[in-house]
Amino acid sequence: MPNICETYDVVVVGAGHAGCEAALAAARLGMETICFTVSCESIAMMPCNPNIGGSSKGHLVREVDALGGEMGKNIDATFIQSKMLNRSKGPAVHSLRAQADKSEYSRRMRKVLENTEHLLVRQAEVTELIVADGRIQGVKTLSGAVYYARAVVLCTGVYLKAKCIHGDVSYETGPNGLQAANHLTKSLIENGIEVRRFKTGTPARVDKRSIDFDKMTEQFGDEHIVPFSFSTDPESIQKDQVSCWLTYTNEETHRIIRENLDRSPLYAGVIHGTGPRYCPSIEDKVVRFADKDRHQVFVEPEGLYTNEMYLGGMSSSMPEDVQFAMYRTVPGLENVKIVRNAYAIEYDCISAVQLRPSLEFKKIAGLFAAGQFNGSSGYEEAAAQGIIAGINAARLVQGKEPLVLDRSEAYIGVLIDDLVTKESFEPYRMMTSRAEYRLLLRQDNADLRLTKYGYEAGLVSEARMNEVRRKEQQIREEIERVKTVNIGTGSSVQELMRRYGSAELVTGATLAELVKRPELSYEALEPVDPERPQLRADVAEQVNINLKYEGYIERQIRQVEHFKKLESKLIPEELDYMKISGLRKEAMQKLDKFKPGSIGQASRVSGVSPADISVLMVYMEQLKNSRRQE
Amino acid sequence: MEDTIAAISTGMTSPGGISIIRISGSQAVFVADSVFQAKKKHRLSSVPSHTVHYGTVCRDGQVIDEALAVVMRAPNSYTREDVVEINCHGGMFVTKKVLEAVLSAGARLAEPGEFTKRAFLNGRIDLSQAEAVMDLIQAKNDYALKASISQLSGRLSEKIREIRICLLDHVAYIEAALDDPEHISLENYVHKLEADVDNIVNNVHNLLKNVENGRIMREGIRTVILGKTNAGKSSLLNMLAGQERAIVTDVEGTTRDVLEEQVNLGGVTLRLMDTAGIRNTEDSVEKIGVERAKKYAQDAELIIFVADSSRPLDNDDYAVMELLAGKKVIVLFNKSDLKTVADRNVLAEKIRQIAGQECRIIDISAKKQTGLDALQENINDLFFDGEISADEEIYITDLRHKELLQEALDSLNLVKDGISCGMSEDFLTIDLMAAYEKLGFIIGESVEEDLADQIFSKFCMGK
Repeated sequence: MPNICETYDVVVVGAGHAGCEAALAAARLGMETICFTVSCESIAMMPCNPNIGGSSKGHLVREVDALGGEMGKNIDATFIQSKMLNRSKGPAVHSLRAQADKSEYSRRMRKVLENTEHLLVRQAEVTELIVADGRIQGVKTLSGAVYYARAVVLCTGVYLKAKCIHGDVSYETGPNGLQAANHLTKSLIENGIEVRRFKTGTPARVDKRSIDFDKMTEQFGDEHIVPFSFSTDPESIQKDQVSCWLTYTNEETHRIIRENLDRSPLYAGVIHGTGPRYCPSIEDKVVRFADKDRHQVFVEPEGLYTNEMYLGGMSSSMPEDVQFAMYRTVPGLENVKIVRNAYAIEYDCISAVQLRPSLEFKKIAGLFAAGQFNGSSGYEEAAAQGIIAGINAARLVQGKEPLVLDRSEAYIGVLIDDLVTKESFEPYRMMTSRAEYRLLLRQDNADLRLTKYGYEAGLVSEARMNEVRRKEQQIREEIERVKTVNIGTGSSVQELMRRYGSAELVTGATLAELVKRPELSYEALEPVDPERPQLRADVAEQVNINLKYEGYIERQIRQVEHFKKLESKLIPEELDYMKISGLRKEAMQKLDKFKPGSIGQASRVSGVSPADISVLMVYMEQLKNSRRQE
Repeated sequence: MEDTIAAISTGMTSPGGISIIRISGSQAVFVADSVFQAKKKHRLSSVPSHTVHYGTVCRDGQVIDEALAVVMRAPNSYTREDVVEINCHGGMFVTKKVLEAVLSAGARLAEPGEFTKRAFLNGRIDLSQAEAVMDLIQAKNDYALKASISQLSGRLSEKIREIRICLLDHVAYIEAALDDPEHISLENYVHKLEADVDNIVNNVHNLLKNVENGRIMREGIRTVILGKTNAGKSSLLNMLAGQERAIVTDVEGTTRDVLEEQVNLGGVTLRLMDTAGIRNTEDSVEKIGVERAKKYAQDAELIIFVADSSRPLDNDDYAVMELLAGKKVIVLFNKSDLKTVADRNVLAEKIRQIAGQECRIIDISAKKQTGLDALQENINDLFFDGEISADEEIYITDLRHKELLQEALDSLNLVKDGISCGMSEDFLTIDLMAAYEKLGFIIGESVEEDLADQIFSKFCMGK
């Protein structure tokens, strides 16, 4: 029987948030790309929460955007509410989050994919990898069709052997009843890839008409909307927003959950996959935070053209009747009608320590992986890996060095470094606390940090790069100016000080010195700064942050220098850890397995202690000494 | 590091008593077996770990010494390798003979510090302990030795670990709250943080205060003896140098070209400057020149002013007194065995007038060797507030530790500044983490980029 046989540069398996970015990046870099999906209707589907961004995830979206990705633009075009979180904290933890119209989000992304040159979307289930001599050759689909490619990117999300569970009911399907991919796992294992099983979950969707919003607190969007994408004009997206609603669980909710724990598949041992600690189900929260008498429930719209509402904070895998009972204890949900049940989903994925920082498999050249398949959770984490995998798949075909961002450059760097060096036993979620240098990795300066990489890779236009260069120059010049302007002690100055509750000046001070005062800012000083040039708001923001937090930023830069020194101590790939007798057994085995590229990376491998690193450095020093003597 | 090493592990200078030859490595027991014959004829390779055996050390059939052999098997030994320690009767000659026998049986002579290096590399001790061992090896006197031992037993590590746990708890809490504001609140948290940071600042401050004492104990007190001709400087020097436990070495001053002599006085080392001048010429202040005397006085941490009680005070004495201003001074009223001519009240009054400070005056007779106890007591008072209890305190004996403590303190002060400026918690963690890291360097729980160099320079200094 003759089978279809085609050849592409890059094959992308999956069209979720990772797959979309990977496929777009590869195609935009000129690669003939084919992107497989089990259903064309499920491109960029949001099967869980109806929002993009949030604490630290907002950073990822902006970084993806700076590199030339699509996620930021897509949410800017389809959001229905937007909010900058953590405004009361420092700028490092400000985070943008937008509620999406789910179906619009998916529809727009599908349109972008379908209209991108060199890119074909193909509905089919990939069932087999074709590997020869440790190198990927292509993939095979369920029908037996063969697609040869120089590089393949696996973005299978939660579809591998997916199983949805609530109570004692389970379906062997992907999210929203979509077809699971039941064959690929076998091929992965045959090719020496270690596979594991994770789980995640989602709350019920309920009918808006059955909710009593009077018993809930309305949550509005920001008055002035900040876009995700650096290329979106802020004025173009100001619009009427849809509200979310806040309510709380109570003792009664918790009692029902506690009394039915034995019917929870999670606690009854039906679910074997490991779930995320940071996005726990409501039954997890009740057990783990037993002292809390209530938990927040965010009631969020799923879109403009549906009455479905998402019950954020109450994901569950309880049986249907328990779900009804517990939801109906929550104020405003007394008569709630469920449209879709909450459920947990189990799926096959890998431990990403099998990957290099480029997201290419160590053992199979040309095979890349991104997204939930790598053990992460979240749309944004997926997109971030997707764009890097897509870029690096293209660079592999082009014979170029891969793009690797380090921990001091981007949250993406932190995310991928964590995934590929630290063995994680639960779905990995991005958090600001994971970024050691977060004051430098702000969401507001992602363009200044990363546009150059997108430009060098070929995803960012010359015009946009020039725009960033211009912005950099304006910031630099304005900071220099402000540092030299002495403000004097005139009456208007003193008046301004009084107005802001700031100590009056005894002698003159520079504007820069005053910006540092907690109660003042660059913006506040405008009335006494007649020479100030007209600057865009984003430029002024950078000037303010850089001056105001100068000391902290400088200290963080020094920490980065220390970090870079360790990163630059490279470990030869052929180093035989088993010969280093001072290492503890566990460290020996871990290092031998991971083969870290540098002392810095080695120090982050879990199970390797600083004492082991000392031994390693001493050993390498000895090695150097003995080589010198030879 | 497969080879087996051996060395005399008791001090070479220790008079009499017992000497220990330590053998460490995979062949340690085998090597010991080939030189040691147990009384009961059993082989050491067949005995359990941590047992002591009586027998003789032989070479070529000749008995060298009676000895006890202690067998400690890996990993429960100092180096975490197989270790045999041979306790013999001491005496340099016999000890060396035993070592030679061990070496001829296949062990290699250990390099200085090599046991410690193995202990560290095998994870037996952490970095601060390893460094304390280095100090132990080079400890010049009893007190520094005790300080090293207290550091070795992990007291410093313990203290620092305690502080780090507290810092990490705060950072962890703040980070958790930033990531999960629903469940973890930062409201009023900063007050709790401030109290703990204040407490830690005090702790680190106290550790730093001990740095100076630690240095003095290890390096000794730079001391100059001043006095007019024939006041008795030379005989004082001889008296000090004649102390039973004194270590007298001539050290060519590297920077000032000054001859320095070290004497040990009741556990504290005095580094006597320009002793050659005193010995050879018994110079008066005029003769060596006021400028030179001034320079010594400036450099000195302690001035011992020798006044002659058998002669009246004169201009030469007053010239010396001018150099005492602002210094730690001990006045020795020498020749107390002779009839006192100079009035000690007048002497005290003159010093008060000229140098502007109170001094204690000690009667001493260099000739009759009396008054040394009082001198020693006064030195302890002056330098250790009379509390020189080395085994109770944690002394910092390493300059690197001092710098790291100072840096940690700086970071902690920045945390306090941040709090007083009302910075949000996500800023405070930057300096909290910096302090945490710095303290981690001291006990080797943070990874330092030039650590290998530091360790190597320590191990290779030839101690």
